[in-house]
Amino acid sequence: MSDKNLENTSAEYKPVHTNKVGGSPFKGVVGWIDNRLPIFRMFKYEYLDFQVPKNLSYLWSLGGILMICLIFLIVTGLVLGMHYKPSSSEAFESVEKIMRDVNFGWLIRYMHMNFASFFFIAVYIHIFRGLYYGSYKEPRQLMWLIGIVIFFLMMATAFLGYTLPWGQMSYWGATVITNLFSAVPFVGESIVTWLWGDYAVGDATLNRFYVLHWLIAFGILGIVIFHVIALHIVGSNNPSGIEPKDTRDTVSFAPFTTSKDLFAMLIFLFAFVIITMYAPNYLGHPDNYIPADPLVTPAHIVPEWYFLPFYAILRSIPDKLMGVIAMVSSIAILGLLPWLDLSKIRSSVFRPIWKQFVFLFVLDFFILMYVGGMPAEGIYLLIGRVGTAYWFLFFLIIAPLVSLIEKPLPMPNSIHEFEQWKKQGKIKTFKLF
Amino acid sequence: MFLKKLILTFLLLNFFTNDSFSAEKQEKLLTLNWSFNGFFGKFERASLQRGYQVYTEVCASCHSMNLLSYRNLSEVGGPSFSEEEVKAIASKVEVLDGPNDNGEMFKRPGKPSDKFVSPFANEKAARAANGGAYPPDMSVLVKARAGGADYIYSVLMGYDDKPPKNVKLEDGVYYNKYMAGNKIKMAKPLNKDSVNYSDGTVATQEQLAKDVTTFLTWASEPHLEARKRLGFKTVIYLLILTVLVYLVKKKIWSRVEPKV
Repeated sequence: MSDKNLENTSAEYKPVHTNKVGGSPFKGVVGWIDNRLPIFRMFKYEYLDFQVPKNLSYLWSLGGILMICLIFLIVTGLVLGMHYKPSSSEAFESVEKIMRDVNFGWLIRYMHMNFASFFFIAVYIHIFRGLYYGSYKEPRQLMWLIGIVIFFLMMATAFLGYTLPWGQMSYWGATVITNLFSAVPFVGESIVTWLWGDYAVGDATLNRFYVLHWLIAFGILGIVIFHVIALHIVGSNNPSGIEPKDTRDTVSFAPFTTSKDLFAMLIFLFAFVIITMYAPNYLGHPDNYIPADPLVTPAHIVPEWYFLPFYAILRSIPDKLMGVIAMVSSIAILGLLPWLDLSKIRSSVFRPIWKQFVFLFVLDFFILMYVGGMPAEGIYLLIGRVGTAYWFLFFLIIAPLVSLIEKPLPMPNSIHEFEQWKKQGKIKTFKLF
Repeated sequence: MFLKKLILTFLLLNFFTNDSFSAEKQEKLLTLNWSFNGFFGKFERASLQRGYQVYTEVCASCHSMNLLSYRNLSEVGGPSFSEEEVKAIASKVEVLDGPNDNGEMFKRPGKPSDKFVSPFANEKAARAANGGAYPPDMSVLVKARAGGADYIYSVLMGYDDKPPKNVKLEDGVYYNKYMAGNKIKMAKPLNKDSVNYSDGTVATQEQLAKDVTTFLTWASEPHLEARKRLGFKTVIYLLILTVLVYLVKKKIWSRVEPKV
């Protein structure tokens, strides 16, 4: 009877393996661990054997640089958090205590402050790279979208962090930005009160901003991991925009990419050290060394430099609600680009018309940044409106239109042919100067 | 390419106009060749000590410095008074302490660990004594003003007894070339020989302004010297490391791109 049952099992049911122990390329203790927790082989496959296009320029080093920035920000933030007091009556003084009495507190705080700025410098170059070389196109759309989510979270974290020293700009910046939510029809005022936890920006607001600053910072770390996993599935794009075909097109990640990225990181750190050690407050605003005073409004409330382009877009729309919508969608619209740009060719190197518009977009970004730092009146308002118009036209009209009418330049068949063409002077690649 | 040049222009424009708002039709600030400027900047000890004297004898009658303690005066990178001198300085002030075992507040001579004693009990008292204006706390004043040390120096030097004819001054308001709006509620604080320097330096208005500005700069950035020293070391370290890494990178990549 029982024998018959067994026969039935082998005939009708598939065998199961509830454990997948084994398969490690390593021996010994490492192999033993790796058979049970495959971290060593993952590291080997994804970082030692991982193949990347051999023609990556230094613009591809920004990803690694951003990772370093994030790690430094988290580490310095941890130390600051041990000394900082998120209370409206103590915050300013506790920051000054860090600057004066905590051993090397001044260094930790200046590093945290300036790494935030340099994080944005790096991320803007990173986004430009994606834009110029079409890194948002098939099959990298999801990675691009994850990147935009990270950018939103970065902005939120930076804004929340800027309120923590509780200086005048902290206080009034928080007031202006949270007040934007009052533009939401019907429930706006309630939302603002809910955000504040009070009827004005105050102690309750500072406390929750501090918590959220931490939460979202670690949220970024989590989503960055998704960004990197996605990268290891779709692989890096490259200046030619052509997918690698054989080993003539690629190098292994270590030691080639690692050594190149390390060099780029050091150059980046060099600029960082110069600013942090010799002009640590250059990128900030002097008013933030005046303790927050709800009774005194600063002459001009300006956000941090990295928000200025979007601040300019916000102010260029006369209606508050529409302004807020324009500001948010000016970033969100980046997410539509993979579906608005219909061209199959990734790299702008082969797209003579699109290339010009991308550069114009970069110019627009800097113009808006300049306008965002100026009073919203007269000529600045006009320039801001033209800049805002171009920003949206670029995505909604120019991207699809150019991709339809543009005649691309002749393209090589592979990355190594691309490199040969480059040597022969047949193609011009992007050079900063 | 024209477009790239334009981009570069605006990039640099952004970089150099970060104080765009405060730059509205303002008088160009007086600039001094401060000893604490530059890559190897250091404070002049004697100037810091004199500056402290100016602060206590002139500024301290209205301006507090809440974030500083007397002990800071003997710390490395500051005025470098000896610990004995700091004890003597601190003991000259009266500090409100308590409550004692009987529940009463009492006054005692200051100790180096005490914060600088404020001239007024609170902001209301300060305003009442100064025609409604609040003399700002000077602990981080230099960092809280666009232009920093140059701005403080300029305001101290910017008083003019004969304001331009189109400027009308109310009672208790003074004309100052460098103040926003050219009006200030602080009477000209520094005059020749306002302070009798104990080291014999001639107390001209320039000298007084320079010394007190130096002191205030140290007060708002007490670790400036340590920062610049560490900065220089880091730069040297990074330069060497960067060259080494570059050579390593070149060597590694020579396997991929043989020289033509």
